[in-house]
Amino acid sequence: MDFLNALVALSNFVLVPGIAYGSQLALGALGVTLIYGILRFSNFAHGDTMAFGAMVAVLVTWWMQGIGIGLGPLPTALLALPFAILGCMALLLVTDRLVYRFYREQKAKPVILVIVSMGVMFIMNGLVRFIIGPDDQRFSDGERFIISARDFKEMTGLDEGLTIKTTQGITVIVAVIAVALLFWFLNKTRTGKSMRAYSDNEDLALLSGINPERVVMYTWLIVAALATTAGVLYGLDKSFKPFVYFQLLLPIFASAIVGGLGSPLGAIAGGFIIAFSEVTITYAWKKVLEYIGAEPSGLVQLLSTDYKFAVSFVILLIVLLFRPTGLFRGKSV
Amino acid sequence: MSGGSDNPWQDGRGNKDHSIANPRGTGTMTPAHRKSGATKKVEGGPFLIGDTMTGGYGKGPDILHDCTIAVEAGQIAVIVGPNGAGKSTAMKAVFGMLDVRSGSVRLDGEDITALSPQDRVVKGMGFVPQTSNIFTSMTVEENLEMGAFIRRDDISGTMEQVYDLFPILKEKRYQPAGELSGGQRQQVAVGRALMTKPKVLMLDEPTAGVSPIVMDELFDRIIEVSRTGLPILMVEQNARQALEIADKGYVLVQGRNAYTGTGKELLADHEVRKSFLGG
Repeated sequence: MDFLNALVALSNFVLVPGIAYGSQLALGALGVTLIYGILRFSNFAHGDTMAFGAMVAVLVTWWMQGIGIGLGPLPTALLALPFAILGCMALLLVTDRLVYRFYREQKAKPVILVIVSMGVMFIMNGLVRFIIGPDDQRFSDGERFIISARDFKEMTGLDEGLTIKTTQGITVIVAVIAVALLFWFLNKTRTGKSMRAYSDNEDLALLSGINPERVVMYTWLIVAALATTAGVLYGLDKSFKPFVYFQLLLPIFASAIVGGLGSPLGAIAGGFIIAFSEVTITYAWKKVLEYIGAEPSGLVQLLSTDYKFAVSFVILLIVLLFRPTGLFRGKSV
Repeated sequence: MSGGSDNPWQDGRGNKDHSIANPRGTGTMTPAHRKSGATKKVEGGPFLIGDTMTGGYGKGPDILHDCTIAVEAGQIAVIVGPNGAGKSTAMKAVFGMLDVRSGSVRLDGEDITALSPQDRVVKGMGFVPQTSNIFTSMTVEENLEMGAFIRRDDISGTMEQVYDLFPILKEKRYQPAGELSGGQRQQVAVGRALMTKPKVLMLDEPTAGVSPIVMDELFDRIIEVSRTGLPILMVEQNARQALEIADKGYVLVQGRNAYTGTGKELLADHEVRKSFLGG
């Protein structure tokens, strides 16, 4: 019984939140890894792209709530998601047209594009705060829990409760669908293959009649969809605050690099590795340990949650030191 | 051409950090025309000819001087010459990667001097570069599919033909092309170019860096391709072997035509033998 209680407590505080957070990071890291592989630079504006997409979703959700459109038990934000993706696509295409295309025409080196993306980051950051303000915004509605702690206790008779929030369930389902779609697109469709070809060898892609501008456009469109989805899911799960998305950049980059930059599979694995490391290291293990018979004197919390970003940073450093290509042999050396 | 110091956007500092910048597979080609100009019909002449071409890369000095290379329908033409003679450059000029300042390029009765390289592919030029001529991370079959990217019709027939020509590729069709041996990679490269159903095939040193045995095999395959009626224009380091299979040979020296003749004539020519074939 105690063992079961330990397992439930572990699921409640580590596994479930870890899986949800990992899915969000994986979606974010997929966007980063796609841009790195195809456009050949690390996009520092990715966090703020997520913020912009999520912001559009928040605004559309409020509007829908205002005129009484809803999804019943599901959050209205799911209905707003397609509009948010369209908004984010428009932003990225305009940015590409105004900024990145110029540097492509100059055949600028990737490192220059990295710095350019930092400039774009500041602009997007300002844009989002200008439109919606720097404060916390709540936009989730509908049923809050799939299983609440009390229901779980009544059902099982255990002392420990397991809570699964609706947003966590949705996060995992949406992430699985998005990833499946992405892999199908990259491996099975003509356009997806042309994107991989362009990533592999730009010159030869040109010789094969693949239009580079077309490839770049599709990349931005896909990245917009991924970033917005990740942003909205994160916002639903926690809350929407522009600055938090900027901070998310670190765990997202850590995920992409740990998995191996340029490898979509690696980005997903990296997302979960970072998420679980963060959650397990900042979790107070006292309760779980007590159930399995140990009598710890303290909380057995390795790091305060305030320092959670330190975890991604340390993992990032370790990976760069000992296995710079990442777990899935990405392209960085 | 190579990341010139006059272009501040191509300053390479910091690019070694591959955790933020990914230079792998970056494009190096600088087409003479980004946008295609007009073409016009012309009468007569060989199937493909780069006629008295003079030109160089970008704003750089002339590398070719009144250089002429041509290939007749159904024949093999070979460009040979010492290192730095402009062999590959002449080939690139025909393909539109070099600013041709005077002279013209004509394909199948059409003046295509003003076309971009992509549009030349559409017109029927199949070009196999000397290096990085396959998609290493993609399977053999995907490489061939990408070769046929401009085609909207059914490509399975052409793919079967390529597999008939290079049986080893059919065996390895689901293997990443980067895992193949040098000779097999060259077969993938030629196969990729054949997938567009080109009207003329241009090979830039197809036997560079492969062993002599593989080289013989590749030459056999090239002859086989040529027997299907496809004209082939080829740059070769191995002058003697190349001239043996050539209907027409061009010896270039410093961007100029030094000797021109049939393969046999050039092999028999005393001067050519002495200077380029080692006696």
